[in-house]
Amino acid sequence: MIKKWSFLSLVFALLSVLAGCEPLMVLDPKGPQAETTANVIWISIATMAIVVFAVFGLMAYVVFKYRASKQSEDYEPPHIEGNPIVETIIVAIPVIIIIFLSIVTVKSTYEVEATPKGYEDQKPLVVYASSSDWKWHFSYPEEDIETVNYLYIPTDRALEFRLYSYGPITSFWIPQLGGQKYAMSDMITTLHLAAEVPGEYMGRNANFSGKGFAENIFHVEAMPPEEFDKWVEDVKANAEPLTEEKFEELLEPGHLGQLTFSGTHLGFLPPPEGHHHGSNEHDSEHDSEHAHKDEDTNHSGH
Amino acid sequence: MDYFDRFAIPHPSPAIYASMVAIGLTMIAIVIGLTYFKKWGYLWDEWLTTVDHKRIGIMYLISALLMLFRGGVDALMMRAQTAVPDNTLLDAQHYNEVFTTHGVVMIIFMAMPFIYALMNFVVPLQIGARDVAFPRLNALSFWLFFMGAMLFNISFVIGGSPDAGWTSYFPLAGNDFSQSVGTNYYMLSIQIAGIGTLISGINFIVTIFKMRAPNMKLMKMPMFTWTALITNAIVVFAFPVLTIALLLGTMDRLFGTHIFSMTNGGMDMLWANLFWVWGHPEVYILILPAFGIYSEVISTFSRRNLYGYTSMVASIVIISFFSFLVWMHHFFTMGQGPLSNSIFSITTMAIAIPTGIKIFNWLLTMRKGKIRFTVPMLYSVGFIPIFTIGGVTGVMLGMASADYQYHNTMFLVAHFHYTIIPGVVFAMLAGLTYWWPKMFGFMLNERIGKWAFWFVAIGFNVTFFPMFFTGLDGQARRMYTYSEATGFGPLNMLSFVGAIGLAIGFALIVYNVYYSVRHSSRDIGSDPWDARTLEWATQTPVQSYNFARTPQVDSIEALWDLKRKGKPIFKGDIEKIHMPNNSGMPFIMSCIFFVWGFSLVFSMWIPAIITTIAIFACMAYRSFEKDDGHYISVEDIKATEKDWEVLADENR
Repeated sequence: MIKKWSFLSLVFALLSVLAGCEPLMVLDPKGPQAETTANVIWISIATMAIVVFAVFGLMAYVVFKYRASKQSEDYEPPHIEGNPIVETIIVAIPVIIIIFLSIVTVKSTYEVEATPKGYEDQKPLVVYASSSDWKWHFSYPEEDIETVNYLYIPTDRALEFRLYSYGPITSFWIPQLGGQKYAMSDMITTLHLAAEVPGEYMGRNANFSGKGFAENIFHVEAMPPEEFDKWVEDVKANAEPLTEEKFEELLEPGHLGQLTFSGTHLGFLPPPEGHHHGSNEHDSEHDSEHAHKDEDTNHSGH
Repeated sequence: MDYFDRFAIPHPSPAIYASMVAIGLTMIAIVIGLTYFKKWGYLWDEWLTTVDHKRIGIMYLISALLMLFRGGVDALMMRAQTAVPDNTLLDAQHYNEVFTTHGVVMIIFMAMPFIYALMNFVVPLQIGARDVAFPRLNALSFWLFFMGAMLFNISFVIGGSPDAGWTSYFPLAGNDFSQSVGTNYYMLSIQIAGIGTLISGINFIVTIFKMRAPNMKLMKMPMFTWTALITNAIVVFAFPVLTIALLLGTMDRLFGTHIFSMTNGGMDMLWANLFWVWGHPEVYILILPAFGIYSEVISTFSRRNLYGYTSMVASIVIISFFSFLVWMHHFFTMGQGPLSNSIFSITTMAIAIPTGIKIFNWLLTMRKGKIRFTVPMLYSVGFIPIFTIGGVTGVMLGMASADYQYHNTMFLVAHFHYTIIPGVVFAMLAGLTYWWPKMFGFMLNERIGKWAFWFVAIGFNVTFFPMFFTGLDGQARRMYTYSEATGFGPLNMLSFVGAIGLAIGFALIVYNVYYSVRHSSRDIGSDPWDARTLEWATQTPVQSYNFARTPQVDSIEALWDLKRKGKPIFKGDIEKIHMPNNSGMPFIMSCIFFVWGFSLVFSMWIPAIITTIAIFACMAYRSFEKDDGHYISVEDIKATEKDWEVLADENR
């Protein structure tokens, strides 16, 4: 009893403390994919709250009513094997809940794995995001520029991230724009995001990757398309070009600040496209063409 | 000189040097103590060579408790490090080693021996058997586990601790990124302990199938025995996968194969698959025996039979089946596409159904009961709400799209501690307190036990509940530090405060043992809890042969029927009893395994080859050995059963 109340009051205390703070990042979405997941999370919290309250309530009732100290000396509990009706209920209700949540899950999983809703007819901005100990390299193939540890993106445009790694498995995560995905050395994973609110967001590697893992973060800035284009032009005009030697240097383990280059490393050190182990149905024609081109220049890469 | 370099710790710190000194002093103290009190012979005859399942159980128990404190100290260090932003108590390397060790120690070297401690002690008694099916193999299981644990524990003072996380994902765990011998220790010590566990799995399946008391049909087995049976079935199917995964990983590290590497066609995802094909069933290996313990405890202290026995059995069988179909939810984010993620989401969430049935059955068992809030019962009742939170957050994590946001965050850490701590630690403490009088012949103090429970239960919630919030706020797991701007500070501090509460709780449990050893009454009879199953129909302390007469059983609660309805369980005359002889072989062979593992960790090939040959020589010796055991004569049995006969006679 005391336990239950102390526990519940703890929950409420925490909730009220948190209510006064900034909203939790995952539940403060700034793009359609993150919004989908936030909605799924709220739906699941609501559904699960029913379960929690049912169990807590039933337990409080049983424990309070049938404690030995409040019963007569000669009370002898009955022998009850079970009851088909009761057992049907305790099976049926969870089954219904799980079916409901399964539908929500499948629907939303397909949603977040596809181009964001409302952006289907426009060409997404492709960004290759690769990790090395303990940095992120962002290559914009169409814009022909590359950044390290920071990511500028246009708002209201579909973004297609192609993730891979030059080291241990990492996980690319911008909580306010959408869920994370692994970046691995021998395949490319695709992550679809979009930002709808201009602003600065936190991005990080979420998968433990050794000593420098905690600081393996990157800065994300979403800006109106015009501003983004201006930035691209700016980089092209002013940033130093990315050479192979420079990139090899960048791959050395260690932390770096934010760097900007014109050109990308995709030409001389192509990503591991073309030999996927997993299903990757989102590869467009553009991809396979790209992969093909890569393979031609790629004999020394492996 | 070369050797000294290799054995040196790559990242020494005062804490590690202090531990070194402490280990050295403890060893010296043990040796001096044993010599001074002339206990070497006793230790060898009664413990190191024993094949008695009860003694092996107690040795498992002691090891598990020691490891609980080892892993607990690691946990405290982690919470202390993250309590404030930009803390410098531990550096990144040390923190990585600490959380890796914490995970491995708690799962492999604390939870596993804890469940095998209780299984060893209780299962043969519950089914009315004299021992397990293969007593000497049982001793080998224990010693292999023990040597595996010791090998793992010396890693932090000789050569360096593993630092790639308890999941040791490649390529991070490969030679390129983990250069110290730490991951070699990980691979080999878990391998050695795992072989022991696999042997135990086979042993217990045979024991439960072949050695039950006459008339004890499968559907008349007590719930704990049922969960032990299913658990060991999972062990037998899951552990070979771990064996192979570790073997491949060891080959990558020692012999330069490229199975999980980034180059030469290696597949890093293969490790994740193999690891979790073992790893997910593993969590049910841990939780099912706990379910068995709760069933026994709740039924005993509600003075009621277990509600819905058939559905309880059905649900554990279904859980064991599903446990093999969900492993992929550990890497929803690995890019396998929405179809397989959806399938694995549904199988994952489906496990909630049989688990829910069990929760409701326990509640319905308490209904109309007469609930006594003893310490074991407090842990069982406390388990229900906490585990429910763990369970519902598990369903939330099982939803693939949402998991992309929870994956690898503190939310996950909160979830699995909300299942494993009430599911395993609470159950083990409940089981420990419940069976303690049968094991040691006295009761643990109830008042201190209750204080400990409240510290543990409240401390636990204060530690782990805030993590749900920090996780949703973007705190990834395994971050050794974070900046103040993230705002994670206050909640992490709260976690640290909770962790201190937990530590006080565990310290109280230790104090309780000390206090009870000194002050508890030894005159407790053989059935102090007024329990219902066969293990309480033995003498306290239990004689080496367990039951003088083989019990006759025709219900789930044989002892209860004896007490309430006068149904006799001991019939017939006392006959001479065949018992196995003690043997030093399991201990010696496991010591050789230890040297073998240590040699391989440091790639010392000559001792590795010699010990490999020695291991096979031990097996060959055993297969030609003639050892028919011994008999205990009727007179001896009658002498030890003199006082005990009373109850048996009365009920004939």
